[in-house]
Amino acid sequence: MTSSAPASAAGPAWALRCRGLHRHLGEGEGRVHVLKGVSFEAERGQVYAIVGPSGCGKSTLLYLLGLLDRPDEGEIEINGRRMSNHDDAARTAARGEHIGFVFQFHFLMLEFTALENVMMPMRKLGRLAPAAMRERAHALLDSVGLGAKTHRLGTQLSGGEQQRVAIARALANQPAILLADEPTGNLDVRNSNLVFDLLTRLAKDNGQAVVLVTHNPEIAQRCDVTRPMRDGLFV
Amino acid sequence: MTSPNLRIAYRFLTAKKRAMVMSLACTILGVGLFIVTQATTSGFERFFTKTILGINGAIRIEDKIQDTMRSMAAAGGGDSHFARRDGVKYIEGIEEPQALMAAVREFPNVRGVSAVVRGNVQLQSAFKLEDAQVFGIRLEDHVRVSDLAEQVTNGSLEDFRNSPTGALVGRVLADRLQLAVGDSLVISARGASRRVQVAAIYETGYREVDKTNVYLHQPEARSLLKRPSGATFLQISLHDPARAPQDAARLEQVLRHSVKPWQEREKTWLAVFRALRISTMITVSVFTLIASLAMFNTLAMIVLEKTKDIAILRSMGYERRDVTRIFLWQAGLVLAVGAVAGALLGAAVTWLVAQVPLPINGIFKTDRFIVTWDPAHYAGAVLTAVVMVMVASLIPARRAARLEPGDIVRGTAQ
Ligand SMILES: Nc1ncnc2c1ncn2[C@@H]1O[C@H](COP(=O)(O)OP(=O)(O)OP(=O)(O)O)[C@@H](O)[C@H]1O
Ligand SMILES: [Mg+2]
Repeated sequence: MTSSAPASAAGPAWALRCRGLHRHLGEGEGRVHVLKGVSFEAERGQVYAIVGPSGCGKSTLLYLLGLLDRPDEGEIEINGRRMSNHDDAARTAARGEHIGFVFQFHFLMLEFTALENVMMPMRKLGRLAPAAMRERAHALLDSVGLGAKTHRLGTQLSGGEQQRVAIARALANQPAILLADEPTGNLDVRNSNLVFDLLTRLAKDNGQAVVLVTHNPEIAQRCDVTRPMRDGLFV
Repeated sequence: MTSPNLRIAYRFLTAKKRAMVMSLACTILGVGLFIVTQATTSGFERFFTKTILGINGAIRIEDKIQDTMRSMAAAGGGDSHFARRDGVKYIEGIEEPQALMAAVREFPNVRGVSAVVRGNVQLQSAFKLEDAQVFGIRLEDHVRVSDLAEQVTNGSLEDFRNSPTGALVGRVLADRLQLAVGDSLVISARGASRRVQVAAIYETGYREVDKTNVYLHQPEARSLLKRPSGATFLQISLHDPARAPQDAARLEQVLRHSVKPWQEREKTWLAVFRALRISTMITVSVFTLIASLAMFNTLAMIVLEKTKDIAILRSMGYERRDVTRIFLWQAGLVLAVGAVAGALLGAAVTWLVAQVPLPINGIFKTDRFIVTWDPAHYAGAVLTAVVMVMVASLIPARRAARLEPGDIVRGTAQ
């Protein structure tokens, strides 16, 4: 797992690396070549922005990097381990341990409270005692400005609040890699700054690699690296 | 700490209350009715068994096996009757009951043994003539192999014991001949006839018995039937009647007589009861089947509604088998509540049914529904429900586990 040790000291500097990713979507006539050989690297402690017009394949790429989907061609390495050929169990374990994912839509499990949502990945990983899980979940919700709403059900939170809970949840297991699909899309300026500052601070303090998709030029500008994408390729 | 899967299962399930209540209700009904039908059908079966054991005992020994030509010659031919059944030759009756009874008493499971002399007779009352069968018994022996003591309804067994020419007459026969306790009647057989008194009237509830069997003291029966020695059969009672077939086989081997356990003697009625029990079990399983279909439906619905939650769970590191378990837990929760509530319902209805007045007479006599309280019925009901509901739940549960998170988030998962 990640530690605060300098990235160069142990293991590869790359938390995440992919090469020549191809992905087709749809069947038969409607089959589209969405990703056309994408290569990308994310270093520990750095914040990356992927920008580009709607439909260019940003979410598709993020699902591949998050091991939620399989590429038709190409390789993905997580912490120096090639994951693209692994079986479902190994990929699932890697998701739980090394990757935090924030979806573009539908963020929370709505029958559960904010706190329970954040505790969900910790319960699966089972590294912390229940009391410690609870404490950590409270702290994470505090850091996204929801300390007062920890016991609200998902259905009782606004879209932006749900999004922030989802970000807290993605950070629950201290993943080496955080992948966020428009994490500030539904947020006002104050909250989007709060979330962005939190993500950068984590990257710097814990050496996590943060990759986010954004349509917000201001946010993109404040990232360490901005990768513009067009029509299934980085430009 | 409860498992996260169980927690998630609980929330998913309670989010679909109406569908869940439907499967739960069917599970409760299935379990409850299963128990009730088993309790009543086996109640009647056991009561029937008790009745026939109370009349004829657990084992009957009759007819000596004729095994070799030499021993047949030794028997002397004379007035012995030969019979051939299943390729084995028999000599009718028991020649030396005392020796045989002593041998039978050596068996540890044997509770009592009684030698009986039987013969066809005619009864003549002041009113009417009826055919009947006389059973010559030694009362002390026979009360140990039958429920004669409890079957007496008019008069008393003491009166019979104290009167050498007394007779025990069945209820139906007594009614036909219009006999009451203290009346006298004439019994005739093979040209001879004797006058006896009705010492008591008994009722077993088994009509065939109550209308034909007349019990006399053995000396009286012997002189009536002109049978100074020997016996027609030995009647045996056991501590554990369920073991009768094994004991009978062993007795037959050792004693070289034809030995029949009650299970063989009453196999027609026992088969009827078994068929009844199985057919009600099948009928009632329809409820459990509906419960399993309802569970299938509920889970299939939850899978459809929660695909995005499944994708979220999978993205957080929950494995395919966690997803399977989340859905099987839901079935498990319904089953757990359904089993407990169903068992309570079953017990309550069984109790109520036992209060229902229901006069039956013919193969046994009762004035209300007979039930048994057997934990095996409860286990059987719960097991049936668990198997059927779990099998039905496996399909949606596995479907949920097969979903690809990538397909779900892109919205292409159907
Ligand atoms: N199931 C599918 N079948 C065919 N084409 C698909 C399917 N799903 C997505 N696509 C296409 O793949 C392309 C990339 O989609 P993707 O969601 O990655 O875009 P995006 O860059 O995230 O856009 P946005 O900024 O609007 O979120 C789009 O052109 C879309 O039409
Ligand atoms: Mg997108």
